[in-house]
Amino acid sequence: MTEFQDIVLMKGNEAIAYAAIRIGVDGYFGYPITPQSEIMETLMNEAPWTTTGMVVLQAESEIAAINMVYGGAACGKAVMTSSSSPGISLKQEGISYLAGAELPCLIVNVMRGGPGLGTIQPSQSDYFQAVKGGGHGDYRLITLAPASVQEMADFVDLGLQLAFKYNNPAMILADGVIGQMMEKVKLPAYRRRRTEAEIREQCPWATLGKPATRKPNIITSLELDSVIMEQNNLRFQAKYAEITKTEVRYETIDAEDADYILVAFGAMARICQKAKDLAREQGIKVGIFRPITLWPFPSTAIDSFSAQVKGFLTVEMNAGQMVEDVRLAVNGKVPVEYYGRLGGVVPTPQEVYNALVAKFNLPN
Amino acid sequence: MSIDIDIVSPENMVYAKPELMNDTHMHYCPGCSHGVVHKLIAEVIQELDLKEKTIGIAPVGCAVFAYNYLDIDWQEAAHGRAPALATAAKRLNPDKMVFTYQGDGDLAAIGTAETLHAANRGENIAIIYINNGIYGMTGGQMSPTTLINMATATSPSGRTTSKDGAPLDMSKLLAQLDGVCLVSRQAVHTAANVKRAKRMIRLAFENSMAGKGTSVVEIVSTCSSGWKMTPAASNDWMVDNMFPVFPLGDLKNI
Repeated sequence: MTEFQDIVLMKGNEAIAYAAIRIGVDGYFGYPITPQSEIMETLMNEAPWTTTGMVVLQAESEIAAINMVYGGAACGKAVMTSSSSPGISLKQEGISYLAGAELPCLIVNVMRGGPGLGTIQPSQSDYFQAVKGGGHGDYRLITLAPASVQEMADFVDLGLQLAFKYNNPAMILADGVIGQMMEKVKLPAYRRRRTEAEIREQCPWATLGKPATRKPNIITSLELDSVIMEQNNLRFQAKYAEITKTEVRYETIDAEDADYILVAFGAMARICQKAKDLAREQGIKVGIFRPITLWPFPSTAIDSFSAQVKGFLTVEMNAGQMVEDVRLAVNGKVPVEYYGRLGGVVPTPQEVYNALVAKFNLPN
Repeated sequence: MSIDIDIVSPENMVYAKPELMNDTHMHYCPGCSHGVVHKLIAEVIQELDLKEKTIGIAPVGCAVFAYNYLDIDWQEAAHGRAPALATAAKRLNPDKMVFTYQGDGDLAAIGTAETLHAANRGENIAIIYINNGIYGMTGGQMSPTTLINMATATSPSGRTTSKDGAPLDMSKLLAQLDGVCLVSRQAVHTAANVKRAKRMIRLAFENSMAGKGTSVVEIVSTCSSGWKMTPAASNDWMVDNMFPVFPLGDLKNI
């Protein structure tokens, strides 16, 4: 297995793989798809089954991969899968079952342009699918949006920590830019995988074989009695409310004195920083609000700027998805505008600056 | 005739409900094969002393509630995905006994890919495949193993080869794969058949724990409700019509 210095240069996709090995992930199950294939390729090259004991398996489909994740998660193991947009669509059935069975796991989506087979260029058009529930039923997916290779590495651990804290699937919703670009990254320290005894202790619900001392553990999302199923749903909703209260994460840059705030996630937030600098050079006080958790969405934190700013510009590599949540948060107090490019086209800082000027009739 | 109650004592006991069968009412219809097969699995797990090591994977279909009847840990899979769950459960816990329990809709239709690929990888799991040629749970629709001319809710005039293809013999397909060590087709309509079926289920479990690859035991089964016959007539119909298409015996045993 490759030994690294503290700080190394690598792709976001590679950082996911190395982080997973290092933090003691038990299993990865995936299927090749651009632009995230380096995750499984890196894992196969590193062969962690010979070192940490991590299982890495190429499944016959994304459907099989997410259901392998279900089978592993049901054993209390720390398991993950990764894919890109069309493959993530295939996984939605499994994600709904994971949420319904209250199983922890990590799903990585390195988004590409859609709909359909779409393109292999970067996109953020799976926002709705991730945060509004791409599968059936009333469930929520903890959704983390990395904006750097460092966050790709860090969010593997964070995602699994949150998943196990709440017994809920978590997703890293990255875009093709973050997956493919190379940056300096400090990889997490090695942590050994949990023993079976530790898993039995941490996850008393895990199906690891029934000792005589307890009732059978049954992992299921099925309940034919609608009154009990409603109670299950209310329990889920209470959990989602707790996550919303406790786990919101975001970053602001130069927002303290801002008259306008650019709201963007992932790679788009990086590009918006340059657009912000262009605006500040022109004397326009612009700040950045970057949601890190897309669900739970930082609604209250965004709204806290409503009294201060003259407007928000939400910038996304899609047709305007997150802007709906920003508008719900701001609730009409100030204008919330949208700018974006579609189908895999990445906006330039100048385009974002021009959009800001045009939307708010600013002197250019 | 009077019964000599003096002979009712533990040392004279020749049959008892398996310890791992829960004391609960089954939802299966009279004449259904599921109950017998559940009992055989319970006996095999008990006899091999695997009760603290076994993880069962339940399907979608009539056996979706299998987890209510056997006193072991269970995972309930999405429709057809049981072999994928089993793959991960076994690879992450190589010391456990992992088996799937699937019907013909689950295994031969929606889960064909998961089944073939788990078997092709030679996952060390046992697959118990209940083939009654019909979707029981949803009310008697045509399955991939429905016989030609057999009328169902979705083939009301009888299945035809030209429209729906011929009955799919999954066991025959699975027996071709190098990863598979055992494929045996059995039935549980007579005491002799029950004994043979149990022997093959036991072998499948032993193979799994020995790491020999994937073992498949198909049980050609009845569905009195779906077939709209009495239990006794179902058994006769199965012998006369199912067995010629799905003949009993070992297709592979290495």
